[in-house]
Amino acid sequence: MRIYAILIYIFLYAPIALIVGFSFNAGKYAMDWQGFSVEWYAKAFSNPLIMEALRTSVFIAFSTALLSAIIGTLTALGLERVSGWLRTAFDALIYVAIMVPGIVIGISTLIAFVSFFDLVNPWLTSAWSIKLEMGAWAVIAAHVLFNIAVVALLVRARLQGMDRSLVEASEDLYATPLGTFRQVVLPLLAPAILAGFLLAFTFSFEDFIIAYFVAGPNTTLPIYVFSSIRRGVTPEINAVGTVVLMTSFALLIVAQLILQRGQKTAR
Amino acid sequence: MKERRSRALTAALLAPAAMFFVFLLLVPLVVVLVFSFGVRGPAGGYQAGFTFDNYLNLAARGKAFYNTLTLAPLATLLTALFAFPMAYFLALKANPKYRVALLVLVMAPFWTSQLLRYYAWIMLLGNKGIPSWLAWIGIHDVRIINTPVAVLIGAVYGFLPLMVPPIYVSLEKLDKRLLEASADLGATPVRTFFQVTLPLALPGVAMGSMLVFILLMGDYILPQFLGGGKVFFIGNALVDLFLQSRNWPFGAAVSVALVAIMFVTIYFYMRFVLSKTDTRRAALV
Repeated sequence: MRIYAILIYIFLYAPIALIVGFSFNAGKYAMDWQGFSVEWYAKAFSNPLIMEALRTSVFIAFSTALLSAIIGTLTALGLERVSGWLRTAFDALIYVAIMVPGIVIGISTLIAFVSFFDLVNPWLTSAWSIKLEMGAWAVIAAHVLFNIAVVALLVRARLQGMDRSLVEASEDLYATPLGTFRQVVLPLLAPAILAGFLLAFTFSFEDFIIAYFVAGPNTTLPIYVFSSIRRGVTPEINAVGTVVLMTSFALLIVAQLILQRGQKTAR
Repeated sequence: MKERRSRALTAALLAPAAMFFVFLLLVPLVVVLVFSFGVRGPAGGYQAGFTFDNYLNLAARGKAFYNTLTLAPLATLLTALFAFPMAYFLALKANPKYRVALLVLVMAPFWTSQLLRYYAWIMLLGNKGIPSWLAWIGIHDVRIINTPVAVLIGAVYGFLPLMVPPIYVSLEKLDKRLLEASADLGATPVRTFFQVTLPLALPGVAMGSMLVFILLMGDYILPQFLGGGKVFFIGNALVDLFLQSRNWPFGAAVSVALVAIMFVTIYFYMRFVLSKTDTRRAALV
């Protein structure tokens, strides 16, 4: 049993170790070790295309995480206050948003936006000579859609596990509703919101398929990585990959610690 | 007055999400449905129309449907088979102090770049990887990359982190006294496993399988990287139809078919699982 578990961990982490290992390879070819070197890190970080893609990805991921955390939390709070058909409808939409494959979200966003642009662009161009087109903002919109659902589910689970008597106590002590919210509810929800923020950031930073459809002329880091893997790999990708992998592991550990600490304070 | 203000607040809380759901989910999905009845424009893209040709033509991409609908369930099954012992170990055998940390270690790879993890498998399964190691011990001319086997290995690798946690949760909740009772009543460990542990873990297995199946059905990167254009899924057909051959109406019909197959499968699967778990629970009581 224990041996099986160890084998599974090796299975899961050996490929990741391979990327990290070869990022320090002096040679140019995959699976051909030529000695230790950090030159690919230097090359990657001085490549303007990679840096531009990195900036675009960070911008998209941060905007997505911020918007999803805010809107998702509002949604969870709002859903506590409704019942009946409205609640059923929202629950259904949350599950549809999570279940529809990313590739279909990408496609539907693409063709809906393009149709919309075809409708309004002639008019906009003649009136103000501007033209709407796909880009980073479309990626953010599609990512936020999915992550609102994720954050709403996380925050709602937390709300349901929350001790109601705390809110009642606060009301009995003549706190205003806003005061109760700021001083009691929000601190209790904070771990779920923060974890949702980090998950949304990771999702958005790593998503390839939605961005591939709707990013238009913009290149995100996953799109850059994808096209260089398809062209035949440059070892720079191992270096970039190592940085990306380490960053996401760090974010995950932080998210996990926050959630666990939160579970203790909830009681 | 107070009630009206409270309702306005509720509306304000729900409005942003409602806007997103309506304008970025429902309307676009309806647009896809409308497109699927249209015709391809002369320069690609879409021209208005009403025809069922796109649906009648689905067989032209039959291979993609066939691959997806055979390999995705098979890969889900394999993933569950490999995940179960791992979840069992974590829930019942591992040191409780490290249990959560060990579980997080299993889940973590799922949240890192899918592109990079499958790219590592291109190197591992490619000619300079495992086949060359096999040649070294005397087994020559093994081809793994760009075969269904490569896609299956990739799927187990990619989705094990997602399959283990739900099974773990259902095993962890399991009342250990049931196992003791079964042993006290003279059941062999094997019999206890099949008659007590496995049925009680079924909801977790069902949940994990559904998650993995959904993601596999719409996958693009896994077949693209490890199937190398030879073993392609519906996702690959969609990328081709929308971004390369630009036949949007046909692509829309393929998307509609994909979503429809997914929802129907999930519906019947959930019904089947629910009926199974209910009778099991009843039988146990």
